[in-house]
Amino acid sequence: MAEEDRELIESHEHPLDGYLREGRIPHIFCPGCSLGSITNVIIEAINEVGFDPKKVSVVSGIGCTGRISGYLNYDSFHTTHGRSIPFAISLSITDPERKVIVISGDGDLFAIGGNHFIHAARRNADITVICVNNFNYGMTGGQVGPTSYMGQVQTTAPYGFNEESFNLPHLAATCGAVYVARWTALDVRRIKDSFVEAFKKKGFSFVEVLGSCPTTFGRRNQLAEGKKILQHFADHTVLKHDADPKETKIEKNGPFIVGKFVDIEDKPTLTDNLLAIQRISQASDKKS
Amino acid sequence: MMSDGNLDLPEILTGEHFTTGNHATAEGALAVGCKFFGGYPITPSSEIAEHMALRLPRVNGHFVQFEDELASIIGILGARWGGYKSMTATSGPGYSLMVENIGLGMMTETPCVIINVQRGGPSTGLPTLVGQQDIMQTKWGSHGDFEPIVLCPSNVQECFELAVQAFNYAEQYRLPVTILMDEILGHMSEKLIIPDKSKIKRVNTKKPNVPPEEYLPYKPDKDLVPPMAIAGDGYNIMVTGLTHDERGYPVLNVETQEKLVRRINDKIRKNKDKIIILEEYMLDDAEIAVLSFGSVARAAKGAVNRAREKGIKAGLLRLVTIWPFPDERIEALANQVKTILVPEINYGQITREVERTTHGKTNVKGLFKMGIMHNPQEILSEIEKCV
Repeated sequence: MAEEDRELIESHEHPLDGYLREGRIPHIFCPGCSLGSITNVIIEAINEVGFDPKKVSVVSGIGCTGRISGYLNYDSFHTTHGRSIPFAISLSITDPERKVIVISGDGDLFAIGGNHFIHAARRNADITVICVNNFNYGMTGGQVGPTSYMGQVQTTAPYGFNEESFNLPHLAATCGAVYVARWTALDVRRIKDSFVEAFKKKGFSFVEVLGSCPTTFGRRNQLAEGKKILQHFADHTVLKHDADPKETKIEKNGPFIVGKFVDIEDKPTLTDNLLAIQRISQASDKKS
Repeated sequence: MMSDGNLDLPEILTGEHFTTGNHATAEGALAVGCKFFGGYPITPSSEIAEHMALRLPRVNGHFVQFEDELASIIGILGARWGGYKSMTATSGPGYSLMVENIGLGMMTETPCVIINVQRGGPSTGLPTLVGQQDIMQTKWGSHGDFEPIVLCPSNVQECFELAVQAFNYAEQYRLPVTILMDEILGHMSEKLIIPDKSKIKRVNTKKPNVPPEEYLPYKPDKDLVPPMAIAGDGYNIMVTGLTHDERGYPVLNVETQEKLVRRINDKIRKNKDKIIILEEYMLDDAEIAVLSFGSVARAAKGAVNRAREKGIKAGLLRLVTIWPFPDERIEALANQVKTILVPEINYGQITREVERTTHGKTNVKGLFKMGIMHNPQEILSEIEKCV
């Protein structure tokens, strides 16, 4: 072990200490949950881009993933269930230099908040949306959600879920997102690179991370430990950049198609368009 | 039509206008510095959104027509944390959709303004006809305990003035403030005089005067209102709808809940006398009082005038502030008059409050209509019956 690593361990400090709020750790996440490492990766990616921390805001809704905003030491907003996106849109409009990151779960963003996602992508709002998809409602005890797959057993699907699941990259791409990627929680390096790309992107960027939820998902689906879920991902993941988002639907035993699916340059954002309206209206004022 | 106004001060169209209540409210918001409108079309409020869409870009503001009222209300909260004074406008069904996030605004102490141009309900009800049926929704619509501020204009001039006042209350006390208009007022045209910029008071939230490491975002001053740092100020604020301590951190226990919820109620209760606006008309020697608000108060005043012509000692108490409710004033009135007559376009929402506050000391009589305003003669007939 390198001397500096040893010193760091003995000091009980963490390299990311300043980026997490003092007095908020230990977090609420269960053993084996991937949200801790995803939190870590978000901070690393923000640092790598080199944003002025004052210009970063993190917004989330309700649920386990929604709690991430509250651990991060940036301006952070923990809103109501499903409503993080329109809050984030307004926050981004008020300062075009501000980077607004939405981090929330699949139920929050795609069930109760689904309509906002659709319209934010359509408007090309200048925000990044990160969805940690753990296939169920973890915080409320393990009910099925819009990304649950056929046959999945949860408290509200005791005989197995029998609806089609939402293919999130397909939805995002169809609605107009300029950046769409999916990774599993195992791909931390790729997640980080992808977050960096998404954060730098002007316009609506979307990254789905397949997360591990051993407590309320895994336990009922023969994947009762975090590492079992990650192993399941590893065994069934197919890396396929530029895959047609239509083809990235998730089934019980995979394949979990990951990669970057959409990356579009120079599409005017909602903020660009609103500023253009200001110019047009003020020009007509001067004429009259 | 609004005139073109002074191009040097495009947010304040100082001068005389002939315009609608809906447009006057929008102009009041612009005059006090509103820079963001998020809304969704709904009759009979849509003219406010349309007018803001026309006017906001010209004063470097932004207008966003959101996908629904849920987005509209949370959108204006987000805009305020980004530093823009913000508002939305809707009617009963839209307000129903907004109430959850009005609660978030109460809990996170976010200044903003919601206009509700009332129509008849429940449900889709009477989209194009008047109602005063959202009185209780503005008080009790969102879950949990909080003290809202709700203002209720009766004429076009007052639509402008109360829009200014609503923003100022929102900023001073840090909460969403609702203006309860109604279809008649929203769509009727009258003279509006917009004063000079120097005559329009603009209140802004207190800012923290300590460095970030010492700032506690939910630590109140003596007035029970905490100074507000916003996104980008460098304070790394944490804002949550969960019960939170002075740092803004979620702390889910009895003590924190007790302290926080008591404070967000007390900051209004203890300043009630400064918030309550009433119009008293011919009440000094009155034996019969008409208690009214909104459009109906116009007919009520006409009825009081006619009653006086007939030698009946009638007077008018008009509620400009609906919430917090003027309990003490009404209780005092109960000791003076034989009857309090309450004409309203609903089945007795304010009447019930008047009964509550008068403790049986006087005769309280509601006069209820649906989908239409009372005419002065109807109210006069009731006054005459009370003699």
